Amino acid sequence: MSSVTQADPAKQAGSASPLTRRRPLGDRGFQILALASGLLVLVILVLIAVSTTQQSTDWFSKAGVKGIFSTDWDPATNHFGAMAFVYGTVITSVIAIIIAVPVSVAVALLLTEVVPRRWARPIVYLIDLLAVVPSVVWGLWGILVFAPWIQSSVYSHIASAVNGIPLLGSLFGPPVSGASFFTAGIILAVMITPIVTSLSREVIATVPVIDKEGAYALGATRWEMIRGAVWPHSQNGVVGAVLLGLGRAMGETIAAALVIGSSATVTSRLFATGYSMPAVIANQFPEAAGEWRAALIGMGVLLFALTIIVNLAARGIVERSTRRMRGA
Amino acid sequence: MEQSEQNVAAKTELPKPTALEQAAPQDVSGTPGRPIFDVRNVSVWYSAFKAVTDVSMTIHENEITAFIGSSGSGKTTVLRAFNRMNDLVPGARVEGEMHYRGTPLYGKDVSPIAVRRRIGMVFQKPNPFRKSIYDNVAYGPRINGERNRRKLDEIVERSLRRAALWDEVKNRLKSSGLALSGGQAQRLCIARTIAVEPDVVLMDEPASALDPIATGAIEDLMRELKKQYTIIIVTHNMQQATRVSDRTAFFSVLTDSKNDTRTGVLIEYGSTRQIFEDPQDSRTQAYVTGRMG
Ligand SMILES: Nc1ncnc2c1ncn2[C@@H]1O[C@H](COP(=O)(O)OP(=O)(O)OP(=O)(O)O)[C@@H](O)[C@H]1O
Ligand SMILES: [Mg+2]
Repeated sequence: MSSVTQADPAKQAGSASPLTRRRPLGDRGFQILALASGLLVLVILVLIAVSTTQQSTDWFSKAGVKGIFSTDWDPATNHFGAMAFVYGTVITSVIAIIIAVPVSVAVALLLTEVVPRRWARPIVYLIDLLAVVPSVVWGLWGILVFAPWIQSSVYSHIASAVNGIPLLGSLFGPPVSGASFFTAGIILAVMITPIVTSLSREVIATVPVIDKEGAYALGATRWEMIRGAVWPHSQNGVVGAVLLGLGRAMGETIAAALVIGSSATVTSRLFATGYSMPAVIANQFPEAAGEWRAALIGMGVLLFALTIIVNLAARGIVERSTRRMRGA
Repeated sequence: MEQSEQNVAAKTELPKPTALEQAAPQDVSGTPGRPIFDVRNVSVWYSAFKAVTDVSMTIHENEITAFIGSSGSGKTTVLRAFNRMNDLVPGARVEGEMHYRGTPLYGKDVSPIAVRRRIGMVFQKPNPFRKSIYDNVAYGPRINGERNRRKLDEIVERSLRRAALWDEVKNRLKSSGLALSGGQAQRLCIARTIAVEPDVVLMDEPASALDPIATGAIEDLMRELKKQYTIIIVTHNMQQATRVSDRTAFFSVLTDSKNDTRTGVLIEYGSTRQIFEDPQDSRTQAYVTGRMG
């Protein structure tokens, strides 16, 4: 849509001059298609937000801000405070991210920069296979195998060791349960690691050889080269990968529902049982009615808002740091 | 990234005082004209492809040596053999002897990392890191363990001054190295290279993407730098070779039509004046008079 093409629309159609030629049909067609699909996505998102919000107005209006963010969830007495679930979602996602991100980035760096290509390929294949394990399978394995094992051979030892120590005690002290915030965090970490690894690996693989050679030519070791050349280049892409993983961890329903313990509590003890937003929706929706139902749908709206806020915030941070580094 | 890369990993730390370390003088200025590299019968392979064959030459201290020759004749390949950059190319292999100040460059206990700290390289395409101008220049000293802020400031200023870039960037050291013009970016890369006080600077067509003024600036810079460093430069610009270099090596491609192979060879090596005014080989003569390539 340059000024040249708009200068004289009457002349345009028949004109043979390459400068005033209409843009090819395919070009415009593609532009329209891209715009339309972009708008469609936006419209669908808005519709989802509107309809779910409508169905939950009952809760929003009755409970009010204070009620919504109270920790008191008791359908029997019509108390529907969402705080314990928000808390559980945030805590388990944070644990998942803290575990998954270093592992994913390290594996991605190893696979692209260290491991010889002929070994890297089968490893990549294996990791991608992990990504297709259904989440319910992770949940079942978590609750049947992993939770009992980690409770008896890890949690209980740690808990008795740190009991009474100021900060550690309040994080890792008793009570101890196999199904807990921490177990849910670990299972979520395992679930998001493949995708974060895969995406990070792709980003890291696009770092131009010439950038890496620039570092090597200064006598950098491989690790120094990674810090100097690979990391600044892939930082944003990796953050993007982490955001996708975070979104998945926050929204994960069935695996979390199985291993988190299903008790609506707010506690700093990570080995205690908890609850999360998607888990409570899945568990209680079938039997819910009236305000209870509205509260569960409202919880969905909150979760939606929460993921959007986290995403925007993270993107803002990335944006700011890139702008600084690109010098634009 | 197979064998050669493992090599890098195995020797991430500088070996204690190796022969290499002792050989290189700490005060940079050396004796002009003294041999610094001795290259004997060097061939370089990329997997099964022999890219250059049987190169023998002596490089002299505090001189500028130019590599000229047609495209594909192996100039870059040979240049990269001098600081073991070819180690990073999977399947690349160097045969023959290369001595740097008496130490075999490809010797068993020589770490390519230590080699590259002594023998820096400027690439054809400016490749500043995605970091600030300051951090670009400070990168080398930092990986060498320099943490002192004031010392780093000094090094950055000195290197940028020597690369004739200081005046243009002194007020925006914190802004990105990517926000520079091509010529500025190339001078930043030169500053980055000399910030680690190397002994030798290898330059692969450093001015090929630059306009005549920026090229002139870089040539002035090279003449200035040669007081302290030994420089090897690959160039397609024969005027440039005559303007800056003391010695010139002319490379060409031997084509074997039977096996359909093309191999780079060093045709003639001598003082720049001799190569351009009195070439001994007819191919050199054809090339420098512009009748070929
Ligand atoms: N990484 C590589 N893998 C395989 N072959 C390579 C590689 N790099 C260079 N070659 C080949 O080696 C030969 C010499 O290449 P080189 O880049 O050294 O030539 P050059 O003289 O620098 O050419 P130019 O003037 O175009 O830069 C060429 O035939 C090239 O195709
Ligand atoms: Mg080249």
